Amino acid sequence: MSFISRGFHGRRDDEVDPKRVPPGQYVTHDFPVLSAGPTPHTPLEEWTFSIVNGDERKTWTWDELRALPNEEVTVDIHCVTRWSKLDTTWQGVSVDTLLDQVEHDSPFVLAFCDGGYTTNLPLEDVSGGKAWVAFGYDGEPLDPEHGGPARLLVPHLYFWKSAKWVRGLELRDEDEPGFWETYGYHSYGDPWREQRYAGD
Amino acid sequence: MARAAVRGRLTWQIAKVADVVDETARVRTLVLDVPDWPGHAAGQHLDVRLTAEDGYRAERSYSIASAPGEPLAITVERLDDGEVSPYLTEELRGGDALELRGPVGGYFVWDAVDGGPLLLVAGGSGIVPLRAILRHRRRTGSEVAVRLLYSSRSPGDVIYRSELAEPAGGVDVVQTLTREQPDGWTGYARRVDAALLGEVAWPAEQEPLAFVCGPTSFVETVASGLVALGYPPTRVKTERFGATGGR
Repeated sequence: MSFISRGFHGRRDDEVDPKRVPPGQYVTHDFPVLSAGPTPHTPLEEWTFSIVNGDERKTWTWDELRALPNEEVTVDIHCVTRWSKLDTTWQGVSVDTLLDQVEHDSPFVLAFCDGGYTTNLPLEDVSGGKAWVAFGYDGEPLDPEHGGPARLLVPHLYFWKSAKWVRGLELRDEDEPGFWETYGYHSYGDPWREQRYAGD
Repeated sequence: MARAAVRGRLTWQIAKVADVVDETARVRTLVLDVPDWPGHAAGQHLDVRLTAEDGYRAERSYSIASAPGEPLAITVERLDDGEVSPYLTEELRGGDALELRGPVGGYFVWDAVDGGPLLLVAGGSGIVPLRAILRHRRRTGSEVAVRLLYSSRSPGDVIYRSELAEPAGGVDVVQTLTREQPDGWTGYARRVDAALLGEVAWPAEQEPLAFVCGPTSFVETVASGLVALGYPPTRVKTERFGATGGR
């Protein structure tokens, strides 16, 4: 890489451990919002979360989901639009807890959401303590703008995989591209390998 | 809806700055000469990568300001606490090289075959991808009816001022200046809210297609307002930028 931007010096953030920031990212202290459309507002009494496996469907109401054991996790998050936010604290139910209540052997999931948004993930990336259905942020209920009442939280992948307004997971034998993946974004989205777009 | 999916791998390319145009005191358009630009759809963006002499890099995305087929251009607003936008708006000169790749994004796009009527709502530099849509409409001879609602703080913050003063036939430009208005101002002088949208937006019965771009709170207000007016959420496409000092 021999290209140099004439006159560019950059603004390094001395307070940030560079090992925590993936390539091409910068650390923000705000919490920016990115969504493709209007923010949905599903009333909690109508809200459900489902795991769909072929013709079978296991469904939890809001109260049932909230009655499950939940965890508080502190993680770094990385948005494909280049901001990273360190040490964010979430409350949610581990996806393992939900999957434990379903018979399954599918290698992929497609998360589905209010508003029609979907995103695809390998099952192994949403199990083994790597993913949550998060309903709290920083000790407060999750704001609708940020995906409330509940969003998927998969912090080791770019944040579009942490689908807002999530309503369930469809277990799949084959990997099917979700919303942004259909529009040219990477199918897997590992920030440490800078997998932003298809082919990266 | 036509899908302008990105095909194949997006490789970094060296563009040459062919021209710079100062739009406002804080906003500059960079016209870029890219030998192998694959073409783009109106509304897409591109990625810019800056590299310092010691190898330090910073990347950001910018909306494309030009229509498909026109010389490639981006319009950048300088953020005082930004890292990349001050370089692009103050340091970069005509003849300089700039590393970029794109186009990126295939949802917030409009093609003439997508029809309308179109409602375009911009807050601040959110006008940039909507300008690409307007220019694309003009270039293709589309007769789709358009209303543009554009909110700026003061007269000096209006981007593409002369261009918007002479819209193509079938394009209504409605502006609001929220903090400071010139003498004799006949446009709106308040922030965009549900009531203002009710006065300006196409009725939902006309099955309009809306594109909304601006700061997060602006987009949130407008998108919710349009849904309340009966717009189906799938007909309201949004692009938001947070005040993160990043752009």
